[in-house]
Amino acid sequence: MLTSSVHIPQTGVRVQKFIRDSGHLIRPAIVLLAGLGLFMVIRGAVVPKGFGQYGHYRPGALAAIRQHPLSYAGQDACVVCHDEEGKVRASGKHAHVACEACHGPLAKHADDPVANIPKLPVVATLCVRCHEKDTAKPKTFPQVESAEHSGGMACNDCHKPHNPHL
Amino acid sequence: MIPGVDGFMYPNEVELQWSVLIVLYPFITGLVAGAFILASLERVFKVEAVRPTYRLALLTALSFLLVAPLPLQLHLGHPERSFEMYTTPHRSSAMAMFGFVYLWYLTVVLLLEIWLDYRADIVRLAQSSKGFLRLVYRALTLGSMNVSPEARKIDDKVGYAITVIGIPSAFMLHGYVGFIFGSIKANPWWSTPLMPIVFLFSAMVSGIAAVLLLYMACMKLKKRPIDMRCIDTIAKYLFYTFVIDFTLEMLDLIHRTYESDESFRSLDFMVHTRLWYSHVVLQIGLGTLIPLALLAANQLWKFSELKRRVMYVTACSLTMIGIFAMRWNVVIGGQLFSKSFLGYTTYKVDLVTREGLLAAIALMLLPFVIFFVLVKLLPPWQESEAHKA
Amino acid sequence: MEITRRDMLSVGGKLLVIASVGASFEQITGAEPPPDSYRTADHWWGMIIDIDKCIGCGSCVRACSNENQVPKDYFRTWVERYEVPEGYVNPHVSSPQGAINGFPPSKQTSLKSFFVPKLCNHCADSPCVQVCPVGATFVSPDGVVLVDKDYCLGCRYCVQACPYGCRYLKPETETVDKCTLCYHRITQGLTTACCENCPTGARQLVDFKDPKDPVHEFLRDNKVTVLKPYMATQAKVYYKNLDGSVR
Repeated sequence: MLTSSVHIPQTGVRVQKFIRDSGHLIRPAIVLLAGLGLFMVIRGAVVPKGFGQYGHYRPGALAAIRQHPLSYAGQDACVVCHDEEGKVRASGKHAHVACEACHGPLAKHADDPVANIPKLPVVATLCVRCHEKDTAKPKTFPQVESAEHSGGMACNDCHKPHNPHL
Repeated sequence: MIPGVDGFMYPNEVELQWSVLIVLYPFITGLVAGAFILASLERVFKVEAVRPTYRLALLTALSFLLVAPLPLQLHLGHPERSFEMYTTPHRSSAMAMFGFVYLWYLTVVLLLEIWLDYRADIVRLAQSSKGFLRLVYRALTLGSMNVSPEARKIDDKVGYAITVIGIPSAFMLHGYVGFIFGSIKANPWWSTPLMPIVFLFSAMVSGIAAVLLLYMACMKLKKRPIDMRCIDTIAKYLFYTFVIDFTLEMLDLIHRTYESDESFRSLDFMVHTRLWYSHVVLQIGLGTLIPLALLAANQLWKFSELKRRVMYVTACSLTMIGIFAMRWNVVIGGQLFSKSFLGYTTYKVDLVTREGLLAAIALMLLPFVIFFVLVKLLPPWQESEAHKA
Repeated sequence: MEITRRDMLSVGGKLLVIASVGASFEQITGAEPPPDSYRTADHWWGMIIDIDKCIGCGSCVRACSNENQVPKDYFRTWVERYEVPEGYVNPHVSSPQGAINGFPPSKQTSLKSFFVPKLCNHCADSPCVQVCPVGATFVSPDGVVLVDKDYCLGCRYCVQACPYGCRYLKPETETVDKCTLCYHRITQGLTTACCENCPTGARQLVDFKDPKDPVHEFLRDNKVTVLKPYMATQAKVYYKNLDGSVR
């Protein structure tokens, strides 16, 4: 009885002493917590809206990438106006060669044909890129040693590009 | 033919993506981890002989840690976006962990431990200094002037706990860098589970060597006697750590050579040509074998004090160069060969660009400037009274 | 001045309020409205490449470069020429400027030679996406690996992680760039620029989720492989008749 009534005030004193001696530790703790709080506030303001909706990325990126402008119109667009050339081509060996593969990117022309008149491709370099003989090309693919084959003449002196077979 | 390229490389591989700054970064965090481990040697493992370097090691670690993010910031295409690693870290990426591990280590481990160890001195200096310095010290006290013996006993206990937590934290701080490389399956020079461990042990070697050199330099500059027992003990631990490090690196080499997988011939050729000087001569020869020999000699025979000091300075300087070379060989080496195993490229270090040689040199000198300021602000020459036996 | 318990409580309480207000500011509201009639859930994009049809003309490389304004000396797609020697050891491989102007005629005599067009494989289990520290590169819901150039830090970790060498740092934006499978085209019913311009039909865009797509027959009737299958990246570019010497 006497001992327990002596213990209680001693424990209280011990706790008080502990707080007094370790009280300074609360200060770095406060600094850290303040920093953490500040971080949470900033984070809330700065994380992009909807981030994480489809995965760990900004969903707005998908739309942004889709906005990229076209340079190639695609052959379906070409034959709308140029269906004659399209028909000639369809009956020959170049049936599966896209218009823009030789004529270059023409989306601008397709959008405004009069304002953007394309230049004809340069035959001297164009045809040999595919048809110059190379051992790595498939054997069944039509290829020639151009110097021997044409002796310096332009390819389209003999071959019509849209239907080249002679 | 592309200048600097031998054989075939995928077209986008010709230009190196990670420059000398990315070599510098693991070197710096390695010094941090190594210096801290040396400090913990005394605090946790009670190797009382190295006590004179305890505070020095902590300040060394802090100096290098403050500089550590700078090479990364200079390397990023958009450093202004680097906060994204804190706000939207991608949890599958080891690199995303950097920000948090760094902050944790800086605040909860290093700054807190330094504060607790120096508190009595800070309070004393806050009362005794004048002018601007007085303000600085008063700010550092964080408002508490309680330096009673009981308070300092609690500081000591908490400091001990922090050091204990600090050891795995230091391992994480540097080990994750090893994991960044080691987890890349696309690159056979990097991809090995040994990578984090090799990085860690070489970090410990470089950190211990750095503190030894700094200690000797500081004592020399302050015209104080060098505690030979202290540096003999440090050299002993350096030797043990170095043996483990060397064993791990040789294990990696032997394993690769023995298995001789698809990548081996290409990598072997690279080491014999593009990496000959940095790998065989600098890293293995000058940077490992000679220091090991010097340190081993001191374990086998007793040399005079002067001879020992010369051997330690030589060994530690060569070690630092060797560990830098190791980082170079890993980072740059991993980008010199083609992933097609059919070609090699060349790395030309620019001089004045953002990621050039001058930037690298400036970043290596900066920690010493910071160290100088820290040593003036928080003199490490007297041990903390709370810390004494 | 010693801190009292009352001080501790008041400061601690204030901090708690700040932290919780900050956390609630985090916006989790809905994202962009679904654009037009394209539904990502209906598609799972890939590509099939027939090695026997490739003639190394480089039309695909030029087309991609034009369509996507690819910076000079960097390549979203490229073609390699392999010349495999007798003994089958190291093939002689070349890709002059990514084959943007085709190939000069080869003087090598070899056992066999062929062309291999390469591009981003849009891996379903992509190692490059795995390592991005911030979520700037990702696999879209329809299977295309893309880069968010407004979020990318330019750390180049993904460039290191790609086993195929298909990524690069774009100098103008200092962000990472790569083949987008012409995402801006395929989401409006067009095909990719490279497939559009391939004169032999060696490259074809495919949609695995489309039951009428030729990919199903292609995979069923031919011996196919992906590049570096041991990397287990679940690459979605399938090659028909790819030789084992291809790296």
